[in-house]
Amino acid sequence: MAQSDVTGRPNADTVEASTDNYLTQVFAVAAAEVQKLYHDPIELLTRAVQPVLWLMLFGEVMARVRGVAPGGIPYLDFLAAGILAQSALFVAIFYGISAIWERDLGILQRYLVSPAPRSALVAGKAMSAGVRGLSQTFIVYLLALLLGVGVSLDPFHISGVVAVIILGSALFSTLSLIIACIVKTRERFMGIGQVITMPIFFASNAIYPLSLMPNWLRGVSHINPLTYEVDALRALMLANVESEYGLIFDTSVLAGVTILLVAIASKMYARMAY
Amino acid sequence: MSEQGQSTVRDGVVVETKALTRKFGNFAAVDDVSLRVKQGEIFGLIGPNGAGKSTLIKMLTTLLPSTSGSATIAGFDVILQPAEVRRHIGYVPQLLSADGSLTGFENLLLSARLYGIPRRERRERIERALARMGLAEVAHHLAGQYSGGMLRRLEIAQSLLHRPAVLFLDEPTVGLDPAARETVWQRVLELRDRFRRTMIVTSHHLEEINEFCDRIAMIDRGRIAATGTPVELKSRVGPDATLDDVFMRLTTATSETEAEGSYGAVRRNRQAERRHG
Repeated sequence: MAQSDVTGRPNADTVEASTDNYLTQVFAVAAAEVQKLYHDPIELLTRAVQPVLWLMLFGEVMARVRGVAPGGIPYLDFLAAGILAQSALFVAIFYGISAIWERDLGILQRYLVSPAPRSALVAGKAMSAGVRGLSQTFIVYLLALLLGVGVSLDPFHISGVVAVIILGSALFSTLSLIIACIVKTRERFMGIGQVITMPIFFASNAIYPLSLMPNWLRGVSHINPLTYEVDALRALMLANVESEYGLIFDTSVLAGVTILLVAIASKMYARMAY
Repeated sequence: MSEQGQSTVRDGVVVETKALTRKFGNFAAVDDVSLRVKQGEIFGLIGPNGAGKSTLIKMLTTLLPSTSGSATIAGFDVILQPAEVRRHIGYVPQLLSADGSLTGFENLLLSARLYGIPRRERRERIERALARMGLAEVAHHLAGQYSGGMLRRLEIAQSLLHRPAVLFLDEPTVGLDPAARETVWQRVLELRDRFRRTMIVTSHHLEEINEFCDRIAMIDRGRIAATGTPVELKSRVGPDATLDDVFMRLTTATSETEAEGSYGAVRRNRQAERRHG
C-alpha cells in the first residue's frame, strides 16, 4: 500500500546486509529442494531400492567370504558404511542432469538474473544434494539396524555422519554440475555419468579394503575423495571401528576439494545460459 | 552514464544501448544496436526468428556478455555492474521459469529470498503479489497443476516481487488462448499505468504489439530496421498498412541457419508452448 512500492524506483534500502543475504540465498536454493521432496516423497522410496539390493544381495553373499573386511569386523558392517557413501554418491553424481533440465526449462535463467552471486547459487545446489543425501542416510540407517549391523547411535557420531554426508554430497554434486556445464545436453551427460560413477565407486574402499587392491589401483583410490568419505563414515557410523586416516584429515580433504569445485563451478555455471 | 552514480536516470531514459554487438564466431547475432527506452514505456521488440531479439534481451538481462558496445539499465552498466542491473530488472523468459514441483507460494518465496527481501516483509509481499495476479486461491497448489495463463501470471509475479525498474517479457503470450493472452496484457498495462514500470516485450503476435506497445523496434539480421510508434511505422508503408505489412516490407524473414531458427531452439520453444498451453 505504501506509495514507495508503486513507483519504479529501486528500493536498495530494504535489502539486507550482504553476508546475511548470501547465506539466505544459499539456504533458499536448498529449502526449495526440501519442499520438493516433501511434495513428492515417492522418489525417496524408489531411491531406497538400490541400497536394499546391495546390502541384502551382494552383502549377504560376500559376508560368507572370510577375511574381506579388516580387523575382524563383520563384512555386512564394513559394507553398510560403504553403501551409505555409495547411495549418496549416486544421487549426487546425477545432479548435473537436473541443472541441464532447469536450463532447458528456463528455471536456470531465473536464478541467473537474480542478484544472488553465482557461488551462492552453486553452493545452494550443493546443499540441495546434501539434503537428498541425508534422506538416503535415513534409509540406510534403518536398513542397517534391521540387518543387525553394529550401528553407533551416539548423537555425536550421528551428527558427524550428517556433516560428512552433506560434505560428500556437495562435493560430488558440484563435480556433476561442472560436467553438466561442459557437456550441456542430457543425452551426453547420461553416458558420462555412468562412465565416471563406476571408477569412483570401485576405486575406493566402499566395498572392499584398499589392502586387497593391486598397487596401481590403490594409488588411484588414494586420490579418490570417496575413499576419505567412506573412511570417515565407517568410523562414525559403526560402534567400534577406528578411522584409518583420521577424521580431521578425511573431512579436510572433503572440504578442501568441495571448496575448489564450487569455485570452479561458479565460474562455469553462468555459461550454461548462453 | 557513469557520472550518474546511483540509479538516477537522465531524461527518463531507463534503458540505453550504444552500438551493442554480440558475435558468435563471425556471425553478428546483434549488430550495432542503439536504443533508448523511457520510463513507463511498453517497448516492443519484433522481428523474424533468429533476428537477434533473444540475444539482445540476454545481454540486457546480464545472461550473455556483449562483444562490443555498451548498455545501461537504470544508469547501471550491464557489464561493469551486473549485480546492480540484476537488482533493477525483472525477467520473464520465453521458457518456463516457474518450478512445477513447487507451489505458487514457494516459487515466490524462493524469489523473495534470492532477491534479499527482508524476512518480515516476505509473506505480505508474496500474498499481495499473488492476489494482484489472481492466484490467491491456488497459492498452495503445485505450479505444475496450473494452466498456461496462471503460470505466466505466476512468473510475472515472481519477476515483480523486488519491484524492478524494468521488466523484460520474452513472448509472454506464446501458447496461450485468447482469454489468457488478454489477461496477461491487462496486467502489463496496469503495471505501466498504475506503477510506471518500464517493459520490454517481444511477441510474434503483431496485432498485440500494435495494440499495446507505445514504441517498437523492428530488428532484422541483428540490426535495427526501424523504430517508432506503431502509427509512425505503419504510415511509412502506406495509409492502410498493418504492422504485418511493415514487418514484411522491412525484414527479410528468411532465417534457416541462425540461432533462433535452429532445430534445438524450435524444439525448446515448442516444449515451452506445450507446457504453457
